[in-house]
Amino acid sequence: MSTPANFPGEPDSSPEIAREFGLAEQEWDRVLSTLARAPSYAELGVISVMWSEHCSYKSSRIHLGRLPTTGPQVVQGPGENAGAVDIGDGFCAVFKMESHNHPSYIEPYQGAATGVGGILRDVFTMGARPVASLNSLRFGRPDHPKTPHLLKGVVAGIGGYGNCIGVPTVGGEVQFDASYDGNILVNAFTVGVAKTEELFFGVAEGVGNPIIYVGAKTGRDGIHGATMASAEFGEETDSKLPTVQVGDPFMEKLLLEACLEIFATDCLSGVQDMGAAGLTSSSVEMADRAGNGIELDLDAIPRRTKALSPYEMLLSESQERMLMVAKEGREQEVFDLCAKWDLDASIVGRVTDTGRFVCKATPGYDPFDGTGEPDPVVVVDLPVDLLTNAAPKYDRPQEARADQANLVTMTGDAPDDLGAELVRLVGSPNIGSRSWIWRQYDHIVRNGTVIRPGEGDAAVIRVFCEDDSGTREKFLAVSSDCNGRHVELDPFGGAAMAVAECTRNIVCVGAKPLGLTDCLNFGNPEVPEQMWRFARAIDGLAAACTALDAPVVAGNVSLYNETDRKAILPTPTVAVVGQLEDPEHRLGLGFVREGDVIAHLGRPSRGVLGGSEWLVQRSGSVTGAPVGIDLEAEAALQHAMLELARGKLLKSAHDISDGGFAVCVAEACIAYGHGARVTLPSNEDAPAHALLFSEEPSRIIVSLPAGNVGEVGDVCRRYGVPFEKIGSVSGQTLVIDDVCEVPVEELAESHAAALDAIVS
Amino acid sequence: MRVAVVQFPGSNADWDALHAVRDVLGADAWYAFHKETSLGDADAVVIPGGFSYGDYLRAGAIAGFSPIDNSVREFAGRGGPVLGICNGFQILTEMGLLPGALTRNAHLRFECRDIHLRVENEGPFTDMGKGTVLRLPIAHADGRYHTTSEGLAELERNGQVAFRYSTPKGAPPNGSDANPNGSIGDIAGVYNRQKNVLGMMPHPERASEAILGNEDGLTLFKSLRRHLGFE
Repeated sequence: MSTPANFPGEPDSSPEIAREFGLAEQEWDRVLSTLARAPSYAELGVISVMWSEHCSYKSSRIHLGRLPTTGPQVVQGPGENAGAVDIGDGFCAVFKMESHNHPSYIEPYQGAATGVGGILRDVFTMGARPVASLNSLRFGRPDHPKTPHLLKGVVAGIGGYGNCIGVPTVGGEVQFDASYDGNILVNAFTVGVAKTEELFFGVAEGVGNPIIYVGAKTGRDGIHGATMASAEFGEETDSKLPTVQVGDPFMEKLLLEACLEIFATDCLSGVQDMGAAGLTSSSVEMADRAGNGIELDLDAIPRRTKALSPYEMLLSESQERMLMVAKEGREQEVFDLCAKWDLDASIVGRVTDTGRFVCKATPGYDPFDGTGEPDPVVVVDLPVDLLTNAAPKYDRPQEARADQANLVTMTGDAPDDLGAELVRLVGSPNIGSRSWIWRQYDHIVRNGTVIRPGEGDAAVIRVFCEDDSGTREKFLAVSSDCNGRHVELDPFGGAAMAVAECTRNIVCVGAKPLGLTDCLNFGNPEVPEQMWRFARAIDGLAAACTALDAPVVAGNVSLYNETDRKAILPTPTVAVVGQLEDPEHRLGLGFVREGDVIAHLGRPSRGVLGGSEWLVQRSGSVTGAPVGIDLEAEAALQHAMLELARGKLLKSAHDISDGGFAVCVAEACIAYGHGARVTLPSNEDAPAHALLFSEEPSRIIVSLPAGNVGEVGDVCRRYGVPFEKIGSVSGQTLVIDDVCEVPVEELAESHAAALDAIVS
Repeated sequence: MRVAVVQFPGSNADWDALHAVRDVLGADAWYAFHKETSLGDADAVVIPGGFSYGDYLRAGAIAGFSPIDNSVREFAGRGGPVLGICNGFQILTEMGLLPGALTRNAHLRFECRDIHLRVENEGPFTDMGKGTVLRLPIAHADGRYHTTSEGLAELERNGQVAFRYSTPKGAPPNGSDANPNGSIGDIAGVYNRQKNVLGMMPHPERASEAILGNEDGLTLFKSLRRHLGFE
C-alpha cells in the first residue's frame, strides 16, 4: 500500500521528524513495521500525539489496572470522558479531574483557564450539567521570584473561565514547595448532574451516521500540546508559548447550553469534546469505543485562518469544539439548535465500518479564502487500533529510593514559645487562609453552595434534579486532597493518606463518599526511581480506595513533571464526591457555641513529625520518618464520624491534617472567633511541639453539646474508635495545656494574612 | 405576580433569579430569550447576572442591542418594575435606562463575598425602610459605580440612590473595604428618575433562602410583590 499524499510544503516523514514529534527510536521502527510503509507527514503527527504519554498512558496503563473501579454505586467507571456515580432517583453525579500543568507554567492565565474549560467539556459531554468545580494547585516556594506571577495568573485564569461560564468554584487546595519551582501543578475538577438513563458516551456508532463539528473554528493554537505535556521542561521552555491554547468561556457557555438542548432531543448517537490532540483524538477514540472507523473530510473543517494543512487541522488544540455523531437524517435538529445559540456547525465526516481513520483533503484548496476547488485526496489512512490498543505500553524499570532506610525520626529543636510558633504557623502560606484565592471565584452562582469555601472540610452543594415527577434537591460534598511531602517519604502510605484525607473531609461535613477521581502528577517515568514512586503510589491508592469504599471512576496521569532533571514531589491528587442523606446532617469546621465540649476522635499522636509543614520549615527539606496510616482504623473512624453526623450529635468537625493538632484547633477557633481550652490528647512520651504539629492521619476534632458526650462516646466505642474529651469552647483565647496560650484574634490576623507576602 | 427573567447569551445567574422568584417566592416566572421580542404579560422583569456576550467590548455593552431590548425599554417606559442584578445593572446602564456606568473594581480583581448595604431610599423594591441594613453577596469584576459630579448630585437630589455599601452596623465604609469595589459615593444600587427601574451589583436572588444561610435578599422580592398589590 502506498503512503498517502503529503501536502505541498510538507517534508517526507523521517526518523528525525519522528524524534522531533516525541517518538522514541523503537516507536518509529514499530510504525514502519506495522504499516509496512512510511507514514505521511500528517500520519506521523497523528501517530505521535496518539502515542504520546498524555494520550496513550503508555507508561502508566499497566499499573492503573490495579485500582478498584467497581461498586454498586458506580454508573460509569474509567475510560469515558468522565466517571459517574448513582445519587438516587435515577440521577448520577458525573465528574473528573484533569491536569493542565505544563501550559499553566508557560502561560498561567490561559493555561489554567483552558484547563477549567477542558474539564467542564468532559463533564457536559456526558450529558451532565456542571454544578461545581474545584482546583488543586501547587506552586514553588513562596519566595521564588516566579511564584507571585504564577499564582496570580492561575487564580485569575480559573476565575476568568469559571466565573464567566457560571459554574461555582467551591473549593480546592494549594501548596507551596520548592520542588514545584520550575513545574507548577494545575489540576481542575468538575462535577455535574445527569439523568442516568440519558448519559451520553463518546462512541461513533451507526455506520453512515454523519459527524458534525460544533463550536469554535480551528486555528493553529496548541498544535502538539499533548506532546509538550509529555516531555520534561528544559531551558527552551519559554519558546513553547505557541503550544498553549487560548480559552473563550463565552463560546463554551453557548456550547454548554446548546449541547444540553441537543442531547435532550435524542438525535445523537455519540459525542466527544476536542481536548488534547484535538480532532484526532476525539475521532479516533469515538471510533475505537464503537469498534468502527471514521472518515473525515478536512476540506469541511471550519477554520479561522488560511492555509491550514491537514497536519495542523488534525493536531490543533483550539478550544471550545465538539464532535457529534448524529443519527442519520436528524442533522437538521442539531443545526437548528446550534443556530439558536449562534454556533457554527458543519458535517465533516461519516462513521464507517472499516476500522480505519481516514482523512481526505485537497492540496491547494482553501475554503478560508476561496482559493482553488475541492478535489480531495487521502492524506491519512491508519488502522484505529494502531492509535489506541496497539499503542506502545511499557513496564518501565523501577528502583526504590536509595535513601529510604535513612528516613529516621526527627523532632527538630523545641521552639521556646509554642504560642508564638503556632501564630507563625497558622499564618504561613501552606496553612493560612486561602480567601485571597476563593474570593476571586464565583463560588455561589446557581444558588446551591450550602457550605462555602473555608466553612467546612469539604464544600457542600445543593443540586436540582428535575424529571417528570418534579424537582428534587440533592446535596453533594466535594473535596480534593494530596500532600506530596508524605508521598515523597512513603509513596504507598502518602498516596493512601491522600485518599483517606479526602474521604475524611467528606464524612466530616456529614456525607458518604461515593467515588473518586485521581489526577496523578509525577516526574519522568523513564527514571526508575520515579517509576517506583508511581507504582507504589498506585498500590497505596488502591489499598485506601478499597478500605474506604471509594472506587476510582475517572482519572488522569501527568508524567514528566520535571525541569532540568529535578522532579516535583510525587503528587497523586484525588477528588471525592459524596452525598448527604439530609442537609441537616451538614457540619462546618468551626466551633459555634461557648461551652460546647471539644473531643478528639481517633488514636492520639505519637509525635511523628516526618513530612510535616513544621519540620519542613524548620529543616528546610522534606524529611523525617514517614507517619504511615492504618487503613482499618481510618475506616472505623470515618464510619463513626458519619454516624455521628447523621445522628446530629455534633456541632462541628474538622480533621487534623496540614499543621497538625494545634493548627486544627486554631482553625476551629478562628472560624467564628471562639476560644478553647484543651489538653493534648496523648500518653506518649514525646515533646509537646511534636504532639502539636505532627501530621499523623486518622484524627478528627469535634465539638458537641455537653449533653451528647455519653452518646458520642458510645458510638465511637461501637466502632472501636478512641474518643477523648479534651476540653471546651471557652472565651477568646486558645489555651492548650500549659504549653500554649494565644488570643484567637492574634491567630485570626496571622491566618488571614498568610498569602499577603506573595500577592501584594 | 408574573415575572420575566431575560436570558442573554452568557447570562449565568438566570437560574438563580428564576429559582428565587418562582420556587422561593412562589411567583409565576419564566425565561424570556434575547431573540424574542415580547416579554409576555409580565408584571415585572429581571435582568439577571452573568457575562452577557462574554462581556466582550464592555460589560453589558452588546446586550444593549438585543431584539428583546425594545420590549424592556417599552415595559420600563410604561412604569413597569425592572430589576437589573450585577451584569443586569451593567446592561441597564448601557441601555441608558439607568444613569452612570460600572467600571473595573478598584483592586482590579473579581471578588465574591458577603457585603453589607444600607437602604437609602424607598421604592418598589425597597419598602423595607430607609436605614435598613442588608447582608448580600457580591460576585463581580466590574462593579465600581461611576458618574459625573453633576450626575451624583442629581441622584442624591432625586433620591435615586437605592443602596450604599456599609459596615455590618450600617455605618459608612469611610474608605474601608466595606465598599468592595471603590464605587463613587459608596453606591451599590440606583433607581431611575421614575424609580421603577433598579440596578444593583449585589445579588439578592442568591440570598433568599435559609438553606443558603441568608434570606435578606427575599425582602426585595417581597417588596416588589407588595408594590404590585399581590399581597
